[in-house]
Amino acid sequence: MSVDKATVARIAHLARIGVGEDELEPLASELSGILNWIEQLNEVDTDAVPPMASVHDEALRWRADVINDGGKQADVVANAPDGDQNNDGAFFTVPKVIE
Amino acid sequence: MADLTEIGIAEARDLLAKGEISSVDLTAAHSAATAAAQPLNAMVTETPELAKEMAAASDARRSQADGGEVGALEGIPLAIKDLFCTNGILTTAGSHILDGFKPAYESTITDKLWNAGAVMLGKTNLDEFAMGSSNETSYHGPVNNPWRVKGDDRNLVPGGSSGGSAAAVAGRFAMGATATDTGGSIRQPAAFTGTVGCKPTYGRCSRWGVVAFASSLDQAGPITRSVRDNAIMLGAMAGYDPKDSTSSQHDVPDFEAALTGDVRGLKIGVPKEYVLDGMPGEIEALWQQGIGWLKDAGAEIVDISLPHTKYALPAYYIIAPAEASSNLARYDGVRFGLRVEGKDLTEMYENTRAAGFGAEVRRRVLIGTYVLSAGYYDAYYLKAQKVRRLITQDFRDAYETVDAILTPSAPSAAFAIGEKSDDPISMYLNDVFTVPANLAGHPGISVPAGLSKEGLPLGLQVLAPAFDEETMYRIAGVLEAAAGFTAEPEKWWRSGS
Repeated sequence: MSVDKATVARIAHLARIGVGEDELEPLASELSGILNWIEQLNEVDTDAVPPMASVHDEALRWRADVINDGGKQADVVANAPDGDQNNDGAFFTVPKVIE
Repeated sequence: MADLTEIGIAEARDLLAKGEISSVDLTAAHSAATAAAQPLNAMVTETPELAKEMAAASDARRSQADGGEVGALEGIPLAIKDLFCTNGILTTAGSHILDGFKPAYESTITDKLWNAGAVMLGKTNLDEFAMGSSNETSYHGPVNNPWRVKGDDRNLVPGGSSGGSAAAVAGRFAMGATATDTGGSIRQPAAFTGTVGCKPTYGRCSRWGVVAFASSLDQAGPITRSVRDNAIMLGAMAGYDPKDSTSSQHDVPDFEAALTGDVRGLKIGVPKEYVLDGMPGEIEALWQQGIGWLKDAGAEIVDISLPHTKYALPAYYIIAPAEASSNLARYDGVRFGLRVEGKDLTEMYENTRAAGFGAEVRRRVLIGTYVLSAGYYDAYYLKAQKVRRLITQDFRDAYETVDAILTPSAPSAAFAIGEKSDDPISMYLNDVFTVPANLAGHPGISVPAGLSKEGLPLGLQVLAPAFDEETMYRIAGVLEAAAGFTAEPEKWWRSGS
């Protein structure tokens, strides 16, 4: 299936990746090339085949319902990209999201 | 003592045990070789000071043990793919979006290696988020293959995504290196660099602390100079980890003990679907040579069919990007790495991810988002998951009659930098022989088996059923001995050309 510029703009927004107007056309052509190549899967009859999400087929292990980690606030925020502006390392900060 | 960078892990282990060499000397030789290899761009971060400290600590432990038990990798200097989180040390995943990221924790695999006594030389370059087959998508620039065509000073790709790890081992500046394989990212670079690369069974090695690409396919493994070194290193990496719910509870056998050199009576499958149109004659010839070696060693060769092989790559290029688009959603400019401001939160996300992701990562995240989006999920993602089951079933059927499978590792030798970077699909086709084992979760290993007409290394791949790395290693060891691959690249990078 081919995708057009509008579709690329829509999925780029869904993926939260800014894509310039001039990049939409070349991306549409690249993605269409890949999607057309993928279409060969339609040759395979999969009507009676259940989907496979993972090859892992072992039962999950139980563990004791206890707190065994935590208390690492400084570690959690240590890599925050807003540096020293994050209230002495207590929070992550983001642009204002309410009016 | 001769050049300490010319010995392998097994030999160094014995010399260290006898007290003939120290880890400090062994490590210093490799740190110096690493520094001299900068023209290869194989390392993102070198950690010579840390290496020195770790080596001294290793020597002290050995002296305290006084001839008693020491770790399986006591004193062995290794390079770590920059996809493994290392406590307090820059971890980039080859991406701009992880600028400055220093994890506050250690991945389970590297933790196990340090507990086994290993020494860290530094972090190796890779394709961005392990997405690539040539190491050209790295934000830190391409890695140059230590191998060149004789009389030609053009740089070749080392394969990818574990290109830096493979180059470090091939260039003799790391004794071994960690790597990861989602669609061939250990085995294909091993083939391109004349090294041994193993992707173990899915779940053998913990994924905890390894930057995620496609979680149902990602698996860590070692790249080394020999099959024995590989078995030693995997033994130190493998094992159940409560922090990764998909890590396996299977016991970890002594992989090195599997190297008996005896493949008599083993049935080796040769899948007819792996004969590709337009495959270079020398790849076909190498495969036939491998078949001959195993026959001579007493194995029985069985023609088999894996009928859905041609659908593995297109299924992979739905499943892997879908999982990647979900995994990479965490890079939002809020908690770590790069942030590019915008007028509101959405624009900050979009600006950050536009600046932070390279072209291949963006392409895959967009494909993944598309195949998971409303109205397309069934047609693409569900379809690919069904085909994945058929591919897995092909292998299970084959393993009813054979013990292992022999194929080429890659459809060509290393190619020139830039040669395939304009055509994503031709790049994807590099993984045609490796991707099926990722979809099925089965182990596979690439062993250097010969040289191309141009003098570049070529690899053969041994595939085995889930959790039977022992048979895989046993066969790999026999191939290695038969091939007698001793060629090494000329160290052109040391002369500054």
